[in-house]
Amino acid sequence: MDFNLTKEQQDIQRAAREFALGEFPERAQEFDRDETFDLDIWRKACELGFVGVFIDEAHEGAGLGFFEHCLIVEEFWAVDAGIANAIITASFGAEMLGMFATEEQKNKYLSPIPKGEAIMGTAITEPDAGSDVTCATTSAVRDGDEYIINGTKMFTTNGSIANYLLVFCQTDPDNPDRHQRHSFFIVETDRAGYEANKIHGKLGIRANDTAEVSLVNVRVPASNLVGQEGKGFKNLMDFFNVTRLHICAMAVGIARAALEESVAHIKKRHQFGVPLASFQINQFKIAEMATKIRAARNLYYEAAWLADKGKIDHGLVAMAKWFSGEMAVRCADEALQMHGGYGYIDEYKVQRIYRDAKIVEIYEGTKEIEKIIVANSILG
Amino acid sequence: MDIIVCAKNVPDVAEADLNISDKGTDIDKEDLVFGINDWDNYAIEEAVLLKEKYGGTVTAITVGSEDDEEVLRRCLAMGADTAIRIDVDGISRFDSFVISKILSRVVKDLQFDLIFTGVLAEDDYCGMVGMMMAEELNINHANMITALEIEDGKARTTSELEGGLGEVSLIELPALLTIQTGINEPRYVSILGIRKAAKKELKTIELPDLGISDEELSPRTIIEEAFLPPETEGAEILAGNPDKISSDLIEILKKKGVME
Repeated sequence: MDFNLTKEQQDIQRAAREFALGEFPERAQEFDRDETFDLDIWRKACELGFVGVFIDEAHEGAGLGFFEHCLIVEEFWAVDAGIANAIITASFGAEMLGMFATEEQKNKYLSPIPKGEAIMGTAITEPDAGSDVTCATTSAVRDGDEYIINGTKMFTTNGSIANYLLVFCQTDPDNPDRHQRHSFFIVETDRAGYEANKIHGKLGIRANDTAEVSLVNVRVPASNLVGQEGKGFKNLMDFFNVTRLHICAMAVGIARAALEESVAHIKKRHQFGVPLASFQINQFKIAEMATKIRAARNLYYEAAWLADKGKIDHGLVAMAKWFSGEMAVRCADEALQMHGGYGYIDEYKVQRIYRDAKIVEIYEGTKEIEKIIVANSILG
Repeated sequence: MDIIVCAKNVPDVAEADLNISDKGTDIDKEDLVFGINDWDNYAIEEAVLLKEKYGGTVTAITVGSEDDEEVLRRCLAMGADTAIRIDVDGISRFDSFVISKILSRVVKDLQFDLIFTGVLAEDDYCGMVGMMMAEELNINHANMITALEIEDGKARTTSELEGGLGEVSLIELPALLTIQTGINEPRYVSILGIRKAAKKELKTIELPDLGISDEELSPRTIIEEAFLPPETEGAEILAGNPDKISSDLIEILKKKGVME
């Protein structure tokens, strides 16, 4: 057993940290307040190769693993979650293309992602289908060489800025097995009948676009079907098994930021004539945060390391996801508490951390769903 | 244009809480985060820019342990072609004199038109290695370079002087230049750069193999004691309304000779 990162992994981590520190802090508050982003930062990140490192070299990626992708995500999130997500979610769905797309589809839709020529997203959730994705009713009906897609997607990352999305559609509503009713399609966002409305007023990660997507008689060629028809649910679960890894990295990254802000603050701030750091109550908070961060990181490192060896451990991924999510929210809460009133205003980074952290307990599988997966992996 | 860049791995001390080591002659570096010396980062960038413009090679050199190779991998990732590490564990036992002797000995056998070092290293702030190397190699040198152009095989350099003045010189090559921060905007390390770096040559030279005499490996600077600055009296807080505070402040500044 070797707990050391390779030299290459250390260099990647360092490069990601340096880029994030160089580009994010100056703009973070502005993007958070205004719910905007500057795509030049995404372009720069693509030029430097930070987007989609897990994509194979034949399709313009670095041919690295999900582990290296996670290292980058963690460093980016440790600096600013909103900007980090605005950059890295440009490849959200590329994992699925890598696993299930045809060579032709990969050339067309995968290769532009690392090059910074396209932004993608994956539309799964619907107004009435969240944790229970089998309830998704957006339909894709075959019509000659095409499919006609109708429905509404909710909370779609990059919905209003993406060039194309992977859309989870019902293709066989009458199939007795609810796990065989769905399929994935690539939908270009410039097709007639596609409309996206940016969602405003998000609690956190406000630099990252989220939209409600309406699909009205959107026609896509049959060649836009990704993977086999009816295998959408299964493919989605395989997809989540790898994308949940980077959610853990997000959680660890933002928890690190919470710890860092806390340490700086309690060493500097004096009350009752001594620094806050001299009170045992705060020392315990710091000790608990540092321990939980380390534990969460070790959990996801193992899960990601296994994934790159082709051995997905469904239960372990779910453990890492709920644990790291809850840990991040807890760390952010304690960090704000230690800041007192200062933590409650948006001039202080900890306030943004507090809001940004919450999402990691929700998206790509709520912590409750993750616990069900863990329980099932044990109880059968 | 063949360029050699001397780079150093240094601890980041700007935000860190520093402690004096057990020996009492240095700071404790155990828990500090290391990275490329800021000035050297500008030096490697300048070398890569020149290579991109005129062709040639860039070689990065450091004196240090295996951990310090991180700096060379960075230089390779930024565009250097080869790298050399002279294996020395714990270089803080050496002073500028010894380090310049070691570097000069290695550089002497290499093909070069220019040698770059940073003006200073962030750890000891001595700023002597560059000049000592130039003397040892008996080549032209210029310090604190803030601008550099190549003209007919000569280097047109701008050196930073006090008070924002610049001094322009035309220097025959080969020459050694100490590079000042701000001369360029160092690039970020890219993933592709890191991947390419893994395939480039990173040579290690054992110090004894250089045949440098014990005399030359003996530091000329002996550090007797390192200590943290003593805590001084707190700041003077001016009280009163804004008008009174500002006039008091101006009075103090005038007294100290900062304002007329």
